[in-house]
Amino acid sequence: MKNQHINPVEPYLRMDRMPHIWCPGCGIGIVVNCFVRALNQSGIDPDLVSIISGIGCTGRIAGYLKLDSFHTTHGRPIPFATGLKVARPELKVLVFSGEGDLVSIGGNHLIHAARRNSDIKVFCVNNFTYAMTGGQVGPTAPIHSIATTTPYGSYDRPFNLPFLADSTGAVYVARWTTYHVRQLTRSMVEAINKPGFCFVEIIAPCPTIYQRRNRLGDGLEAMRYYKRYSRVINGANTRMVGLELKGPIIVGKFIDRDRSTLLEAMNEEFSSKLGARYQPYPTGVVR
Amino acid sequence: MAVERRTSRRKSRGELFIDCERCKGCGFCVEFCPTQVLAMGEKLNRKGYHTPVIVDLEVCTGCDLCGLYCPDFAIHAVRVKIEAGEAKECDNGG
Ligand code: SF4
Ligand code: SF4
Ligand code: SF4
Repeated sequence: MKNQHINPVEPYLRMDRMPHIWCPGCGIGIVVNCFVRALNQSGIDPDLVSIISGIGCTGRIAGYLKLDSFHTTHGRPIPFATGLKVARPELKVLVFSGEGDLVSIGGNHLIHAARRNSDIKVFCVNNFTYAMTGGQVGPTAPIHSIATTTPYGSYDRPFNLPFLADSTGAVYVARWTTYHVRQLTRSMVEAINKPGFCFVEIIAPCPTIYQRRNRLGDGLEAMRYYKRYSRVINGANTRMVGLELKGPIIVGKFIDRDRSTLLEAMNEEFSSKLGARYQPYPTGVVR
Repeated sequence: MAVERRTSRRKSRGELFIDCERCKGCGFCVEFCPTQVLAMGEKLNRKGYHTPVIVDLEVCTGCDLCGLYCPDFAIHAVRVKIEAGEAKECDNGG
């Protein structure tokens, strides 16, 4: 077949924007690779997919993917995504952004979208720093790690993202590194097909900022580290999966449960109160 | 001389596509190829990065792990069926 010569990612990229700005050895491109394969495997019509990003290196994904996409202001992809899903329930609304954008600046949106079980899927690329803005300390930066704003080492307790998503009500929670490409792809397919708020943390190398400041080597060194020090524990107690500088990385699918989505819950409540007078709002959920 | 004709048991092989000008030399594809098909080359591309070279295409399975790992969409592989007529004779068979 002639078109086999084309990289499978290419039909989904805005090629006029290539080459992308990501540094050599940056992990974000791997996330794009996995996503495109996941989209193909999920059987979803790409015309019904929307990609929402915030600001940051990971936020560029919305600009590079040739799908309906929106690049929001800093920290706001989740409220935009929730609004889009409510207005157009038939869409698959997917959020790609970094941990600084989603968990610090947009942290409030994250916990409330999880609490309300907004039917959006969040793929959070965690590289432990605000990379695009020059390496300020981020919400997941391990204690003792160096950032431009913590030159002697960070002393703030970092967020354990799977625990945060789990305890606030996400129905699907997984964590992988960019080394775990097949598992990540599978988790993406599962999240895309699952109704409700799904959260996948993806640990990725940032050789230019985080790795360099912390003398952790280049991208390849980070990938070797992930290979060597990751432990797959599916169903692990999310309390126990916090990360430390130079510590082990517990990866896996931690949470997979069912509860009514935001729109389903709204329909249930109003139907129970108003009976036949209430015409249920479309939810986009097939159960 | 009697030539022993032995056909490979492999039902498929890999076909590999590399776009060196897109490569940024991270080495992921070389490091994580399960069958060590690739090595980092000596030559530089136009942007000054070392790019992967194929050292043993025979052992490529077309698993496309290199494609999944390449952050710059510079390499990918497909698995192609080995047709019955195409079956290779074993190297030491003749
Ligand atoms: S600064 Fe870090 S996260 Fe941003 S593109 Fe470079 S390596 Fe990737
Ligand atoms: S397709 Fe698989 S076996 Fe072939 S070069 Fe790529 S990683 Fe190696
Ligand atoms: S993974 Fe891609 S960018 Fe990295 S060395 Fe291989 S071809 Fe080049």
